[in-house]
Amino acid sequence: MTTVEIEQIRAYMFVIGTGIVMAIFYYYIIYLYRSEKKGEKDYEKYSNLALDDELDSKILDKNPKIENDKKE
Amino acid sequence: MQSNATMEYDYSVVKLFMWTAVIFGIVGMTIGVLIASQLAFPDLNYLLGEYGTFSRLRPLHTNVVIYGFTLSGIWASFYYTAQRVLKVSISESGLLKALTKLHFLLYLVIATGMVVSLALGITASKEYAQMEWPLDALVVLTWVIFGINMFGLIGLRREKTLYISLWYYIAFFLGVAMLYLFNNMEVPTMFFSGGLGAWYHSVSMYAGTNDALVQWWWGHNAVAFVFTVPIIALIYYFLPKESGQAVYSYKLSLLSFWGLMFVYLWAGGHHLLWSTVPDWMQTMGSVFSVVLILPSWGSAINMLLTMKGEWNQLTENPLIKFMVLASTFYMLSTLEGPIQAVKSVNAIAHFTDWIPGHVHDGVLGWVAFMIFAALMHMAPRVFKREIYSKSLLESQFWIQTIGVVLYFTSMWIAGITQGMMWRAVDEYGNLVYSFIDTVSVLHPYYALRALGGLLYLIGMFMFAYNFFKTATAGKRLEQEPRYRSPMA
Repeated sequence: MTTVEIEQIRAYMFVIGTGIVMAIFYYYIIYLYRSEKKGEKDYEKYSNLALDDELDSKILDKNPKIENDKKE
Repeated sequence: MQSNATMEYDYSVVKLFMWTAVIFGIVGMTIGVLIASQLAFPDLNYLLGEYGTFSRLRPLHTNVVIYGFTLSGIWASFYYTAQRVLKVSISESGLLKALTKLHFLLYLVIATGMVVSLALGITASKEYAQMEWPLDALVVLTWVIFGINMFGLIGLRREKTLYISLWYYIAFFLGVAMLYLFNNMEVPTMFFSGGLGAWYHSVSMYAGTNDALVQWWWGHNAVAFVFTVPIIALIYYFLPKESGQAVYSYKLSLLSFWGLMFVYLWAGGHHLLWSTVPDWMQTMGSVFSVVLILPSWGSAINMLLTMKGEWNQLTENPLIKFMVLASTFYMLSTLEGPIQAVKSVNAIAHFTDWIPGHVHDGVLGWVAFMIFAALMHMAPRVFKREIYSKSLLESQFWIQTIGVVLYFTSMWIAGITQGMMWRAVDEYGNLVYSFIDTVSVLHPYYALRALGGLLYLIGMFMFAYNFFKTATAGKRLEQEPRYRSPMA
């Protein structure tokens, strides 16, 4: 196989790879909106993580791996 | 884990990084103004013998601003923000507390080594990767410790969900780790040449075009993963927190994140347009640079919309001014960059002063403004004192804004003039201008650029004074402010 052929294969693989990642990305957009529409997820509530950030602030989603005595 | 009833966030390492950000900011920007002045007035090259020449000082300027000022600001913000959004204190783990101190200590050793070695002219001769191999090895060790601290805090977190800023900090860690390792693959010459040369010298493991490709894969991603990704982490935390407004769209922040991650890595090829790299790679660099507008503007517009209904804060709070203008400059430079990456535009723009103009509207307007805002937001919380002077902060904002505008407008004009003059040919195909003709024409713009830089430096000194006085003489606060930072 010549160097030119190897270069061409690399270029085609890159284009195909880009296409696949783009498809995954667009699926992700659909997934985000669909899961929120169905009521499975509420992404917007996570905005509050920056606002309520005291050690004794209410925890949005408790980390199940950590035993703690925080008020819910 | 300890009970959190009597616990507080641990800001000891945050304070250390805040101070180094201020000190490196002064050093890096002072050198910047000096070298900008040298371009306008070449006699300034001979002030300090070999140590004061443009070629010796230019790498010092870029490295001190990137790896001194910016990294310090990022790490101060990271150790502050990570604790808060994860709701865990560094002091809850003795090991993490020790490792954060070790992180700072090693960083200080590297930064000192970097300044001294570059001042002595010891360089690996790769842009933004000038440090020689012994320092590179220390950087890797420091980065591993930073990673342990980051994932250690994440492991101890009480809040299950990682806030969007944390996503960006993780990307900063992973992106730099991968790219730094690849670009700094180097062969210490003495050990492989039978004892020739100094022990600290090395040559790149790659050669020719491959070396250029790897270099600019890193070079542009130093912009991506040091100047963009962690600074977005800053704005996603500090703008909502300072304004008391939740991020406009959390979903948009997630989409912009993945878009940026996917696209940014492949844009570096635009530094090598019209060079010997394969044509498809150049086209890829151009295309990905243009697509990059979308995720960049996604974050920037998300931030501006966060202020929806609260625009009055823009006039009342100088920290909001800094952050909103930073976001606007981010939009400007992420539109300008893709324009420069279009092949036909690049044919004129490449090697001209438009390029440093572009870099500086991004770094001065976006990166440094965000770091100033972050440091001043953190100051009342970590020192438990009111910000010393609101009017000083307001004056700093306007002086520096004028400085940035003078800088990039002069460089736009200079760059395009330069590019056109280089290419101008008469009816026989002979060049119309010699190189020195371009230098003479550009002199007023170089002088204007130096003036813009000087104004920005004056603002930096005002900030340093305000910061020092806040830490030492600001009015004591009884309790931590919830949103807006108190200032006298």
